[in-house]
Amino acid sequence: MRILVGVKRVIDYAVKIRIRPDGKGVVTDGVKHSMNPFDEIAVEEAVRLKEKKIAKEIIVMTCGPTQSQDTLRTALAMGADRGIHVEVPPSEAETILPIQISKMFSEVAKKEEVDLVILGKQAIDDDCNQTAQMTASILDWPQGVYASKLEVKDKKLEVIREIDGGLETILLDLPAVVSADLRLNEPRYATLPNIMKAKKKKIAKMKPSDLGVDSAPRIEVIKVEDPPVREPGIIVEDVDTLITKLKDKGL
Amino acid sequence: MFSISKSLTSSAKLRAIPSLLNRFQSTLVIAEHDGKNVKAETLSALTAAKQIGGDISILVAGDQCVDVAKTLSTYSGINKILLAQHADFKGFLPERLAPLILKTQKEFNYTHIIAGSSSFSKSVLPRVAVQLDVSKLSDVIDIKDADTFVRTIYAGNAVMTLKAKDPIKIMTVRPTSFAADESSGGSAPEEVMEAAEFTKNSEFISQELKKSDRPELGGAKIVISGGRGMKSGDNFEMLYKLADKMGGAVGASRAAVDAGMVSNDLQVGQTGKIVAPELYVAVGISGAIQHLAGMKDSKLIVSINKDPEAPIFQVSDFGLVADLFKAVPEWEQKI
Repeated sequence: MRILVGVKRVIDYAVKIRIRPDGKGVVTDGVKHSMNPFDEIAVEEAVRLKEKKIAKEIIVMTCGPTQSQDTLRTALAMGADRGIHVEVPPSEAETILPIQISKMFSEVAKKEEVDLVILGKQAIDDDCNQTAQMTASILDWPQGVYASKLEVKDKKLEVIREIDGGLETILLDLPAVVSADLRLNEPRYATLPNIMKAKKKKIAKMKPSDLGVDSAPRIEVIKVEDPPVREPGIIVEDVDTLITKLKDKGL
Repeated sequence: MFSISKSLTSSAKLRAIPSLLNRFQSTLVIAEHDGKNVKAETLSALTAAKQIGGDISILVAGDQCVDVAKTLSTYSGINKILLAQHADFKGFLPERLAPLILKTQKEFNYTHIIAGSSSFSKSVLPRVAVQLDVSKLSDVIDIKDADTFVRTIYAGNAVMTLKAKDPIKIMTVRPTSFAADESSGGSAPEEVMEAAEFTKNSEFISQELKKSDRPELGGAKIVISGGRGMKSGDNFEMLYKLADKMGGAVGASRAAVDAGMVSNDLQVGQTGKIVAPELYVAVGISGAIQHLAGMKDSKLIVSINKDPEAPIFQVSDFGLVADLFKAVPEWEQKI
């Protein structure tokens, strides 16, 4: 089996973001970036399938500015075999949407003849939660989104999904697209020897147009602003005061 | 002291000036149900559709949905109920429902397709959007006009107003930002839809839903959530007792879910449920960015934590610095 994994370079999840002075985006310069947490889980799952001898090759792909290569290297150090970097200038990377990214993934999935695409369930910057579904749709492949467990059974893929109110089990024909939820696995840390080895692994570079994708913006950002700030509250001294205060509010 | 969320005020404003929006729109609402009941998310989507204005159709699909279609037809302001009942729709597989929505769209040419944000709508609508070569908007919190929308990014830490350039607007709306439609007296006509062709490449096996007498997390007026500070799953019993006395639901932070204390469907946060109850009680929750994303639009926030420096206190209306193992039972006893 060949697996294609998607990764995205995003502002680190622990960073408190700031709105840019022009009010059209958030400050990214000089801010710590790392691999989208859901994508780490996707890479880990692919590597585990390789360790179980189910997968032969793992191709990891990203679309973004030059620095996105660091994210690819991290995935390679975790155990992916080779990388594909679809480079876009930082200005374009800001407005590129899942619809364009999914066209790129589906194109590569066909070209590389992969049997499984694993993506994260959502990127923690745009919070879209769309790329896996769109990729599956373009390819007319089945999808197992929000996966918390994967198992290959008789050339089919059994996926346990996290849904509102509980869990769901589905069975997918391969090839298929899966998106990883937080509880799919615990991603490994890349060791120093593996980081060194990853430097020798190949990364192919291309542009969106090489994959026939138009990266022109489909939305116009009117403004990006801070959410409304809550008024500071008070510290109450004991449970009785808390109950009284809530009663005053009619609760 | 307690601020009404911004989106609520602006949606109230929109209701006051309906002429603000283009009247020549037509919207398809995708209904969500369990075979018997309409989900609250769908009624929020109906509210959003009414804000856009124009004709409204609702697509009700499933292996059993005649009753659901009947219920929905009694809401006012709906022009048509499209009913697609088919055995193949058992389990609401997106590979089968997306072609149906696509076929409906091609037949009636809607300007907008809307559903309430949920694991179902987020699974199926991107599949539809990409086939129409249009983008999809996730978790819309406000509708400015027929093509200008507001949504949050970066775990709710930034609010983006955007103009969608695509000809058809496909979106999921955040139920906590659009009050559920409560209209009645309608009698929308029903039209039967044939299933669209689909590739049979997926199979629904089973669902394991948590059964509970407590209100559903997304729609509860009171939510009591526990975090890492709860220490074990057994200790959540305290929160259930308090919730039962107050008529609330129980939620959890990711830390509590990851530690195996409670199941994942209780998770409140950026990647779990987004709630905005009248009262949110955070017990033993530090207040990480990802958790705040799921609850900071609650009307009133109370937190109990023994660490006075916990970030949760910065968003709390009332904070109690105390040992939760003493404070929670005491609270429960005294009400």
